[in-house]
Amino acid sequence: MSSAYSPDAPTSLIFGRLTLDAIPFHDPILLATFAMTALGGLGLFGLITKMGWWGTLWRDWICSIDHKRIGIMYIVLGLVMMLRGFADAIMMRAQQAIAFGDNAGFLPPHHYDQIFTAHGVIMIFFVAMPLVTGFMNYLVPLQIGARDVAFPFLNNFSFWMTAGGAGLVMISLFVGEFAKTGWLAYPPLSGLLHSPDVGMDYYLWALQVAGVGTTLSGINLIATIIKMRAPGMNLMRMPVFTWTSLCTNVLIVASFPVLAATLALLTADRYIGTNFFTNDLGGNAMLYVNLIWIWGHPEVYILILPVFGIFSEVVSTFSGKRLFGYASMVYATVVITILSYIVWLHHFFTMGSGASVNSFFGITTMIISIPTGAKIFNWLFTMYRGRIRFEVPMLWTMGFMITFVVGGMTGVLLAVPAADFVLHNSLFLIAHFHNVIIGGVVFGLFAGINFWFPKAFGYKLDDFWGRVSFWCWFIGFWVAFTPLYVLGLMGVTRRMSHFDDPSLQIWFQIAAVGAGIVALGIGAFVIQLIVSYLRRDQLRDKTGDIWDGRTLEWATSSPPADYNFAFTPIVHDNDAWHDMKQRGAKQPMTGFKAIHMPKNTAAGFVISMLATGTGFALVWHMWLFAALGFAATVLASIVHTFNYKRDFYIPADEVASTEAARVLKSA
Amino acid sequence: MANASSHAVNYHTADGAPVFYDNGDHHPQQGTLLGFWLYLMSDCLMFAVLFAVYAVLGRNYAAGPSGADLFDLRLIAVNTAILLFSSITYGFAMIAMQHGKKQAVLRWLAITGVLGLSFLGLEIYEFAHLIHEGAGPWRSGFLSSFFILVGTHGLHVMFGCIWLVTLMVQVSKLGLTTENKRRLMCLSMFWHFLDLIWIGVFTFVYLMGVLP
Repeated sequence: MSSAYSPDAPTSLIFGRLTLDAIPFHDPILLATFAMTALGGLGLFGLITKMGWWGTLWRDWICSIDHKRIGIMYIVLGLVMMLRGFADAIMMRAQQAIAFGDNAGFLPPHHYDQIFTAHGVIMIFFVAMPLVTGFMNYLVPLQIGARDVAFPFLNNFSFWMTAGGAGLVMISLFVGEFAKTGWLAYPPLSGLLHSPDVGMDYYLWALQVAGVGTTLSGINLIATIIKMRAPGMNLMRMPVFTWTSLCTNVLIVASFPVLAATLALLTADRYIGTNFFTNDLGGNAMLYVNLIWIWGHPEVYILILPVFGIFSEVVSTFSGKRLFGYASMVYATVVITILSYIVWLHHFFTMGSGASVNSFFGITTMIISIPTGAKIFNWLFTMYRGRIRFEVPMLWTMGFMITFVVGGMTGVLLAVPAADFVLHNSLFLIAHFHNVIIGGVVFGLFAGINFWFPKAFGYKLDDFWGRVSFWCWFIGFWVAFTPLYVLGLMGVTRRMSHFDDPSLQIWFQIAAVGAGIVALGIGAFVIQLIVSYLRRDQLRDKTGDIWDGRTLEWATSSPPADYNFAFTPIVHDNDAWHDMKQRGAKQPMTGFKAIHMPKNTAAGFVISMLATGTGFALVWHMWLFAALGFAATVLASIVHTFNYKRDFYIPADEVASTEAARVLKSA
Repeated sequence: MANASSHAVNYHTADGAPVFYDNGDHHPQQGTLLGFWLYLMSDCLMFAVLFAVYAVLGRNYAAGPSGADLFDLRLIAVNTAILLFSSITYGFAMIAMQHGKKQAVLRWLAITGVLGLSFLGLEIYEFAHLIHEGAGPWRSGFLSSFFILVGTHGLHVMFGCIWLVTLMVQVSKLGLTTENKRRLMCLSMFWHFLDLIWIGVFTFVYLMGVLP
């Protein structure tokens, strides 16, 4: 398959090394996927055309610089990519359940290797990251009583860069292939010598394009939290989710440039023949492994910290109590932020850095469990003597607490270098990090979706299907990953597409059943969305405060008006909205003023698509298009800076009528 | 900065009752300069990685030439002087901006731009010379890390020049408006930042590179 575009083959000026052979006609799995995707795409295209939605899609979504719409678009992107990532997971589980002895399974190794790479890359960069960023985008301005983020245009641009990166990964499914190197693409395997084909280049340019978006959105949200808080909201009055968002974005700004630089060096190795990570001429492959994990370890906290924030909001709301130990929660978050930079080497104790280095990183890793443990106790003490309402978000939270603690303990076990020498790269490791990522990040995101959906769309999600989804995920997770712990302790390594020892097969079959149960959970979630939409009139939230919430996002209507708050709230206490309700605060219904708002623009979308196109041209060595695309990207950015009319005012009477309609609705 | 002035918020009424809604005059602070600082710090981290890579690979000559064999310190001294001097001229542009003298701003920006381009010209000459001598970035780990570190700085200077020309057009068309002043301040930080990085390059790469 890869011979069609080997580096020695002649390339054309226009198409580079792209030929018709790059389209996988001979692979029935890919062809069927392509047919289904094309049909689905056509169906969607037809539906949008039939309903006449193109105009609103372009004006109100693609060009929108409203942080709420961008947040929703991030979450939609994350959920769609989750379906792709999960399809990869199901294929791996199915392959490993049947590929024993004479049975080679249905996936040849070069395809299987692409699948586990794509699964990891997609789940981290294009599922977890967009979902987490989406929540921060949607919630942070609302929680701090602001009208938008600090740089609304940049926000739109960041989203489209992330979407562009995701697009490149998806294109690789049907044009060419994806990397076969594992999700972090260690050299020398990922170098030109061993991976001459386009898969690695898709990987590099997709992550580079998406990484620009992530870094800029991090800068944006830090500036938003520092500069735009409502009067009276000092740092120790910020909602915990905002605190965890602040720390997360600090981590993003302080780690994604490392990823960008590291990938750029690997790109230089592949494109201009430098010797950073090669085996000869003074290269050093372990340098890459160090650098990539200096980004990679903070990255896992980038995913988990916002989710800790979600759990904090959910626990205190549904326990009807102020969060236990607010200050300790904040300090724990900050400590985790700092510690996350001095543990990276625990990902490769087996590199052989020596006993003292390994001990240092083993101990720092174990220390992280202290602030994390403090958080668990804070949530438990918040629930203690609370009036707990067992709504769906609360179910996810309790499922998280049980699951995550086990994942944390196996993590501390792996932090012992001596134990890690046995368990390194085994399925025990796979079980551990899925235990914390699914049990932590995914459960938290579902808790958050169920919690804030009524805020974003004005109606609650269906309770029954939410419960079905939770129990399928919870049970499915444990059925899928407990066998991997067992197999890992028996010494089975990761990334195998075939096994010889038949005694292992039963464990893989159980794991496959677990993945099937998780699939039911995903199905139930999709049904939940559909059922809720159909029943939206019964599930309607007229008050804007459906859960008796505590933070400022519940102080406005559901969904909030474009300007979020007609009057900026003034904060006197933690849990500002709870305090306002307790003291009978009433929003004035007169004296509205015109509201200063940023204007929508197509610039972010255009520049991002040009950058993505440049990435595609670079993947295929289409040098002419790459040069043109790069020039066009720079030019479009310059043209955008000549647009000085970036804002407008919502007139006071329009604000007044919007607010009057809202009062009418809640009456 | 016009937007940065935020009016006094009344937290309590005259009789001490808490006020929960602002009367609508509250404007959040302008965040561009903070945001740009954050961007510069993220860029600084990128250079930190490149410096670290140079520290690890900088003596991996792979039986090829070393810094002592290759670097022409006189050329680098001239180039360093040009770049440092361009920071001063940018500073003069900022002083002129404070005084509201548009023509002076444009003049100093033009001088800064010429100095920036001269720096780039000398750097390209140096690179071409090295490649011509068979000491290209593919020769050894040392030369890979040298070219990418110095070249990344050069790319930044190039973007700085493009940005500078753009801003000159904008200032000459629209004058020293609030937005344009803010942009000039951002480019000023960017320009000085590149100077700072260059001092690191000059010291760690060139001066220490010619040590035996």
